[in-house]
Amino acid sequence: MLNSLWHTLFAPGFFSSSAVWRALSMSAAVAVVSGMVGVFAVVRGQSFAGHALGDFGTTGASGAFLAGLNAVWGFLGVGLIAGAIMDTLGKRAKERDIATGVVLSLILGIGALFLYFDTTYRNTTGAPMTILFGSVFLVDPSLLPFVLCFDGLAVLLLFIIYRPLLFSSLNVDLARAKGVPARLISILFMSALAMAVEQSAIVVGALLSTALLIGPAAIAIRFTHRPGKAMLVASMIGIFSSWMGILLAYDSYNWPPVNRGWPVSFFIASIILLLYILSHLRLRMGTRRGKKVLQEG
Amino acid sequence: MYLRSVANTAPDPVLTVKQVSVRFGSRRVLDNISLELQAGDFVGLIGPNGAGKTTLLKVILGLQPPDAGKVEMEGKVIHRGNSRVGYVPQKISLDPDTPMSARDLVALGLDGHRWGIPLPSRKRWAAVDEALAAVDALRYANAPVGKLSGGEQQRLLIAQALLTQPKLLLLDEPLSNLDIRSAHEVVRLVSRISREQNLAILLVAHDMNPLLGAMDKIVYLAEGRAAMGSVDEVVQSHVLSQLYGYDVEVIRVQGRILVVGGEAPLPVNQSISVWDEALTHVE
Amino acid sequence: MWSVWHFLFAPGVFRDPFMLSTWEGASIVAVLAGMIGFFVILRGTAFASHALPKGGFAGAAAAALLGINTLWGLTVFSVSGALAIGWLGRRGRHDVVIALILVFLLGSGALFLNLSDMYAPEIYSLLFGEILGITPAEVRDTAIIGLVSIIILLLVYRPLLYVSVLPESAQARGLSVRRMEMVFLFLVGLTSAVTVPIVGALLTFSLMVAPAAAASYLAKRPGMAMILSVVISLASVWLSILLSFDTGWPVGFFVASLSAFAYFLARFATARRRAIFPKAHRQPAEM
Ligand SMILES: Nc1ncnc2c1ncn2[C@@H]1O[C@H](COP(=O)(O)OP(=O)(O)O)[C@@H](O)[C@H]1O
Ligand SMILES: [Mg+2]
Repeated sequence: MLNSLWHTLFAPGFFSSSAVWRALSMSAAVAVVSGMVGVFAVVRGQSFAGHALGDFGTTGASGAFLAGLNAVWGFLGVGLIAGAIMDTLGKRAKERDIATGVVLSLILGIGALFLYFDTTYRNTTGAPMTILFGSVFLVDPSLLPFVLCFDGLAVLLLFIIYRPLLFSSLNVDLARAKGVPARLISILFMSALAMAVEQSAIVVGALLSTALLIGPAAIAIRFTHRPGKAMLVASMIGIFSSWMGILLAYDSYNWPPVNRGWPVSFFIASIILLLYILSHLRLRMGTRRGKKVLQEG
Repeated sequence: MYLRSVANTAPDPVLTVKQVSVRFGSRRVLDNISLELQAGDFVGLIGPNGAGKTTLLKVILGLQPPDAGKVEMEGKVIHRGNSRVGYVPQKISLDPDTPMSARDLVALGLDGHRWGIPLPSRKRWAAVDEALAAVDALRYANAPVGKLSGGEQQRLLIAQALLTQPKLLLLDEPLSNLDIRSAHEVVRLVSRISREQNLAILLVAHDMNPLLGAMDKIVYLAEGRAAMGSVDEVVQSHVLSQLYGYDVEVIRVQGRILVVGGEAPLPVNQSISVWDEALTHVE
Repeated sequence: MWSVWHFLFAPGVFRDPFMLSTWEGASIVAVLAGMIGFFVILRGTAFASHALPKGGFAGAAAAALLGINTLWGLTVFSVSGALAIGWLGRRGRHDVVIALILVFLLGSGALFLNLSDMYAPEIYSLLFGEILGITPAEVRDTAIIGLVSIIILLLVYRPLLYVSVLPESAQARGLSVRRMEMVFLFLVGLTSAVTVPIVGALLTFSLMVAPAAAASYLAKRPGMAMILSVVISLASVWLSILLSFDTGWPVGFFVASLSAFAYFLARFATARRRAIFPKAHRQPAEM
């Protein structure tokens, strides 16, 4: 009885599959880094930039493939350069939205061309699908050292600029008046964001890199008003949703209508959206409690 | 003297606020507020930040239904979108690259709420230019609106509120982002328009000093309660202490009035963390 | 001379009946996208205009799964995505809501793709655009949806302008900022749906962002900015079709790079003009 429940929850082979273990550990690493960087991305209103960086991966990967380079360099190169351009072109909120949009469309356009060349001259298909929709089960193990290395670098950079970043995210003018080099901090944060997002785009794809960057962070800052704690909570929410997603995707291998499994991206994205909506409902029902937390925080 | 008191009692008031209360959750933001404005009155609505000044304006505009009491405009209960009330909002944020001239912005006050695209009409632009002239803004009528200074934008907002020929003009903190000189200019301008067009003015400010010579009456708002009257009647230590519910002191120095203790520091358990501030900035 | 002519206007680019449909469909789409783009730029909602066409991709996949017309799948998904963004955006941060709705739609797209058996080239052209795949029947549907959108847009032009520039004054005049936003997002959804089959899900937003952004640097009046945006958008699309027809390269690439080029040109041209004649654009105003 208990056994059969266990088997419904965790389909046979879940814990013995090395692909599952790799997916669990890699997605946890991605969730932690995304959660930490994501809190700042959300507070600074850079969700669009965070998402765009993930999409740049399409161009980076197809360009690297065309040039015969390791995909990591394609992802990173395009992410860092385009990130710097976006940051330089957009200084005010509205200008930033537009600059991000134009740079993203240009880079995606170039990516379309690269993919066209890839498919025409090198006969690959399905590459855009993999990059766009991603899958935690398809991580190329040879990329893992690079991924971990640049993830570490992103977190290190975030810690180095932590306090001036927090200050200039609160109030740029005040920070600038107090001598914080806000422009430099902004560019450095964009670089950390680029590294974190590109790494997660390699591991889990553009779709999930956005989901794990924005969703958990946005939920976390509704519950806590301290940045450090928000980063921790965001990481936990990210890990929870991606592990739940992986579990469901694994279980879904023998679900109808076709026995080929439902994509893990679908599960993780749905779980995160659901949690986000729930977090709003909770706060709406408990307005009084929410206010109290705010005052105590 | 005699004439004035006759004028004060005879005509119906333009605006009557009767015992209005507004609650947000368990918090009473406005508590039994009553006031009356006659045509041509220049009234300053003064109070510390968070006193409920904007909320009171929203009630008068019909955007915030009061929990108790009612508001009447020329004897009729107010409704949303009343063209007899002009409104100058607290803050606007225009991108410097907004493809819009000052004239275009002001024209929105005339027919911005109508369906369809504006048809070319000489009458329309004449009305707009008249409003621009009333606020001395004709000089920069064709300038890109996003690149004008705060004071210049302020005048445009006043002009666009004047276009419907209102009887009552509500201005929310029009002076807060201006230097002292521009603040005095705006006060003088509003005062002149009030006289010329026999317009009742309710001007919100957290500092009463720039208004001292100009306003006919003051409404002082604190802790949700209000006192209305002449400056000398209202701005006294014992009157304000009663409003605040604790002792504040009114000090007059060199023609300026200071309310000491009025901007109460937040109690310790209500202090706002940096993080909250971050969130209010982005939201 | 002839060779240049033939390179630009390859034989058949105007006469081929397939191409005729393309020209018609693409022109409608370019006008609509240029018009709505004016408001996208004014309101700073490039992210939403990126998310809705891309999310509409899920609708195309669902349509393929159910065996119905792609355009309907696109319309249903991008319009519901738009309404969901408007509805959730009331409470939460807009950009966060857009990101999460987008991710959810794409996730559903992945699911539908997985369940259906769409061919890779089919998916590819949905993502990056296809100038040869438009039938006269599709042009008719595009024209209907496109014209309805343009009429709605012209009807709400003034109130939408008012709430976009001066939301609080507009509200005091009785307009509902929230309702106008819903109408706007609905229009972005419809525009996305008709533009995706031609320009592709990934690059449709470049037509809604870059031409209008370029126009906002060049024009001084709102009406002028909208007209200029339509002109740039039409020029990018027409040129892109010619180039794509000649080279066989994806049309989305040309649309994105041509319109981005217009943006950079406009932005840096006006920046230089301002650097040379600082404040020449307005008379001094002493206050
Ligand atoms: N829609 C609302 N919901 C909850 N509280 C509100 C709302 N609007 C205003 N408040 C609260 O009511 C109080 C008065 O606000 P406001 O009228 O804006 O003050 P003022 O304009 O005098 O600075 C503030 O504490 C504010 O936080
Ligand atoms: Mg206020």
